[in-house]
Amino acid sequence: MTSSQINLRQIVGQIGLWLSVFVIVSPAILFFLWMASLSLKFEVDNAAYPPVFIPDRIAWKNYADVLASNRFLTYFVNSLIVTGSATALALIVGVPAGYGIARMAAHKSAIVILIARITPGLSYLIPLFLLFQWLGLLGTLVPQIIIHLVVTVPIVIWIMIGYFETTPMELEEAALIDGAGRWQVFRHVALPIARPGIAVAFILAVIFSWNNFVFGIVLAGRETRTLPVAVYNMISFDQLSWGPLAAAALIVTFPVLLLTVLAQRQIVAGLTAGAVKGG
Amino acid sequence: MRPPSYWPFVVPALVVVLAIIIFPWVFTIWMSLNEWKVGSATTFVGFSNYLRLTSDPRFLEAVGHTMVYTVLSVVLPLALGTLAAVVFHQKFPGRGFLRGIFIMPMMATPVAIALVWTMMFHPQLGVLNYLLSLVGIPAQLWVFHPATVIPSLVLVETWQWTPLVMLIVLGGLAAIPTEPYESAQIDGASFWQVFRFITLPLIMPFLFIAGMIRMIDAVKSFDIIFAITQGGPGSASETINIYLYSVAFTYYDLGYGSAIAVVFFLLIVLLAAVMLYARQRMLWTEIASRA
Repeated sequence: MTSSQINLRQIVGQIGLWLSVFVIVSPAILFFLWMASLSLKFEVDNAAYPPVFIPDRIAWKNYADVLASNRFLTYFVNSLIVTGSATALALIVGVPAGYGIARMAAHKSAIVILIARITPGLSYLIPLFLLFQWLGLLGTLVPQIIIHLVVTVPIVIWIMIGYFETTPMELEEAALIDGAGRWQVFRHVALPIARPGIAVAFILAVIFSWNNFVFGIVLAGRETRTLPVAVYNMISFDQLSWGPLAAAALIVTFPVLLLTVLAQRQIVAGLTAGAVKGG
Repeated sequence: MRPPSYWPFVVPALVVVLAIIIFPWVFTIWMSLNEWKVGSATTFVGFSNYLRLTSDPRFLEAVGHTMVYTVLSVVLPLALGTLAAVVFHQKFPGRGFLRGIFIMPMMATPVAIALVWTMMFHPQLGVLNYLLSLVGIPAQLWVFHPATVIPSLVLVETWQWTPLVMLIVLGGLAAIPTEPYESAQIDGASFWQVFRFITLPLIMPFLFIAGMIRMIDAVKSFDIIFAITQGGPGSASETINIYLYSVAFTYYDLGYGSAIAVVFFLLIVLLAAVMLYARQRMLWTEIASRA
């Protein structure tokens, strides 16, 4: 084989590779570009056939309209509160739990996490809906914060068990021999090492809580909707104004998409380790 | 020295898990044995809610829809995800960034993407029919016709979840030693032969895990179906989960809804057990054929 033949083979291989990469990535790219295009067009262009891909006039007003409606701001704040609280609470109880389970090698307790993973979200809703009704909590954000723990707590525990199992124990043992308490060891030795693992758990808990829809449609009232529920309700109201609808959809999912691209490495690590998803 | 107890670390989480996972389950089982409707008195009825399921045509139809939906939503992402993993296993510039783009569909808010898919499925103005017209395929009704609604929803589900299969298989590919590939190259094996006889058997355990996770998620699929069709047209795309929602939160028949929830959970466990059994069988036949 001459060197020019090898070169030719390499070039053909490279072209084939890039072609396959293009084919594989394009459904995702084209979809989100089309979403952006819908959100930036006036109704005339959105109702045109054949479809207009890049409009002559850009309708920034779609975004302005969505953001200007004061309810949208309320729903955004609701989403922030629910996701923020559910994630914070999950980290507070879940990180120590993951540590304890990993150190006790209590692998059987992971079965509970597995059950939580298999159970359809609606099954939790029936009894908890009644419970919240009895407690008179419907109409506040508390029920949603609590039920989002169903999503966030298993994610955090699962990822932290995996993470603490890989962190070295020598330092912790040395600290214990030196007379440090278990809590001090956890706080000053184990926790700092586990920071990357906590980041992974945090990111995934935030994303799956933010995206959650099924809990909100049952538990949220008019004032307590989170963004996914608010967007769903917009569908039934303005079936035909695609521009603002697409703009709202993009606003809701934009934080998640940004996080996905920025924290791609952590997300991939977390998903392949635990392969968790809530709800 | 007595080994330190780690129980105090676990107790808070245990309380939370008891309250939000164990308690709901126990209570659901109890409710399923009662006639329990919102706003009226509850009465113990034993297993009659379960008996009612066996002769509820809407439930049985929903089981059928769920099965079709699940099989398609496992097989298609497995096939496409494996191909994507083989490509992403190669080294090329910008791989990390493109992998980030590729997993966007599964991280994006399901309701938001469902909304855009609904627009794309629109029979007159949708971009999908326009794309079909470019290659000479007649316009489809997509999610607006009973015959095409499930395949259309599976298209969305496949678009959404192929990346997860890709990630799991990619993890498997990273663990494969390079020796078999080197000897195959010396023997002059084709790309397809290498894939079929070296790669595929080695990534089988990962494909199995991906298939299991895909099955669990596809059976439970809710957001996409609910936001795009709500089980329609008619009840053509009503899966068990969608029917469960109607029974519990449209008709507020919580006792019957609980019975559906219990049976639904058992069905998922049963499917997982069948898959495990099939995997064992495959392993044994493989070993037997070598002997």
